[in-house]
Amino acid sequence: MKEIVVISGKGGTGKTSLVASFAALAEKKVLADCDVDAADLHLVLNPKINYREDFSGGKKAKIITEECIECGECEEVCRFDSMYYPDPENEIPCVNPIFCEGCGVCVRVCPVEAISFDDAVNGEWYVSSTSHGPMVHARLGMAEGNSGKLVTIVRNKAREIAEKENLDYIIVDGSPGIGCPVIASIAGADLVIVVTEPTLSGQHDLLRAAELTAHFRIPTVICINKWDLNPDIAEQIETAAKERGIKDVGRIRYDTAITKAQIMKTSVVEYTGGAVSEDIKQVWRNTIYALG
Amino acid sequence: MKIAIASGKGGTGKTTIATNLTATLASMGKTVQLLDCDVEEPNCHIFLNPHIESSTAVTTPLPDVDEEKCTGCGICAEVCEYGAIAVVKEKVLIFPELCHGCGACEMFCPEDAITEIGREVGIVEEGRADGFRFIHGRLKIGELMSPSVIHAVKIAGRESEVVIIDSPPGTSCPVIEAVKDTDFVVLVTEPTPFGLNDLQLAVGMVRALGMPFAVAINRSDVGDNDVKEYCQREKIDVILEIPDDRKIAEAYSRGEMIISAMPAYQKLLETCWGRIIDIHRNWGELTS
Ligand code: SF4
Ligand code: SF4
Repeated sequence: MKEIVVISGKGGTGKTSLVASFAALAEKKVLADCDVDAADLHLVLNPKINYREDFSGGKKAKIITEECIECGECEEVCRFDSMYYPDPENEIPCVNPIFCEGCGVCVRVCPVEAISFDDAVNGEWYVSSTSHGPMVHARLGMAEGNSGKLVTIVRNKAREIAEKENLDYIIVDGSPGIGCPVIASIAGADLVIVVTEPTLSGQHDLLRAAELTAHFRIPTVICINKWDLNPDIAEQIETAAKERGIKDVGRIRYDTAITKAQIMKTSVVEYTGGAVSEDIKQVWRNTIYALG
Repeated sequence: MKIAIASGKGGTGKTTIATNLTATLASMGKTVQLLDCDVEEPNCHIFLNPHIESSTAVTTPLPDVDEEKCTGCGICAEVCEYGAIAVVKEKVLIFPELCHGCGACEMFCPEDAITEIGREVGIVEEGRADGFRFIHGRLKIGELMSPSVIHAVKIAGRESEVVIIDSPPGTSCPVIEAVKDTDFVVLVTEPTPFGLNDLQLAVGMVRALGMPFAVAINRSDVGDNDVKEYCQREKIDVILEIPDDRKIAEAYSRGEMIISAMPAYQKLLETCWGRIIDIHRNWGELTS
């Protein structure tokens, strides 16, 4: 069983569209949407949810108003400026759950135990079936800081399914950026595909993503989407990648079919038999080859 | 006035709008600053070629244990909610990447054995672009805590007539850090199913924060009409529509500003600015 994670330094490079096509092309696979902050894969794969579970990113503080003696100590110790005073008539604070990092310092400092500290439910994850096999996905509540934890849950669940059903591939839609959720998406994967565009921003982001995967020693390949928008930069990016030991798994041409497939809620390779689909099929074959 | 340019989905054109709007305001004679708070993938500098004048390390507090004083009681590990401290055989182990710098361990160590030292998680660079001050931050590779770097970029911003903030994509904690204490949020999207889905999440976020906002649609003619219909239903103003133009895409790919490649767009951004001012001024009445 091999785990392939598709990421993109900056967002919007066609990562999810590529994953949807892989879903149609690969046999014996499970899909995992780890872009939990802006999950989109379900819009194409129309999953039927069979199981759901609440997600808690951690605890949050809450003032028990009746117990508070208005000493102000909690506000003083909170380093995340979470306390505010909603009522001008008194000094009873309130915790803004959006800013609370769940450090628990106020809870321990309060002299009269007027602060509760419970797991806050801030998201859900699902196991679903799609016409292309099982899929694990999630929805992260707004302002949740602990997206890495949810990503790890989604990946572990997908791995469990792959093991139980004896599947060949886990195909993961990763998140953009280089921070907490991405690190959780790629750690320990068999192959990372970085999808990028032939732009100077794309090049800059690709190099940062490559540094990240090198830092965690994960085999990495690149794929340039819309390469014909600027063939010179496409070439430059591939050369820069090669210098870092990163091979490319092919190029995908610019084609409005990619947007149209999204609107029709289907993958590109199912939507059209055109040249762009041939490009994507070649990328998939090269990916399998790169897995060894 | 502080304006955050944000988007649920990445790659919708946030940076394009942030850089070109800032340059437009500067050419209108305003004192304006651009803060690139997308510290995981800062890209504004590619379009602006700023002259960087100073660079400062961003540090977050990290506990440092004085082994002479430490008795190995384990209280620090107990009070750390993030699992960043373990005490094994009376020795304290610290996992820096997990530390949120909340100060609990330092505060509760009964032996006063913990002090806080600064740990570098990124850098902030300040300088000048053509006609305005420019500041951006960069998260160090392998680090998790981008909000600390974003916070540092925002602190480095000085008072000025207008401050434009290029926010990271999404709706999780780095975005909140970037948009909080701004006066207005512009949500950039695309007229596609992914664009709409991510816009709805972003609208949920700004509404929960109670902030005035409006929507900008990039590549406005590529997809379907659902984003516009959604905005109409929700009574959200669409203040800017940029059509899909191969010339824009090519200028972008070479790291060029749209208003230099196609000066006509400056007018569009001036109008967009006027709408921001109007909507911001009337927001209280509109929502009440
Ligand atoms: S738990 Fe920590 S972050 Fe939350 S309100 Fe208390 S001190 Fe502030
Ligand atoms: S420390 Fe406790 S009693 Fe004091 S203001 Fe905070 S919640 Fe109220």
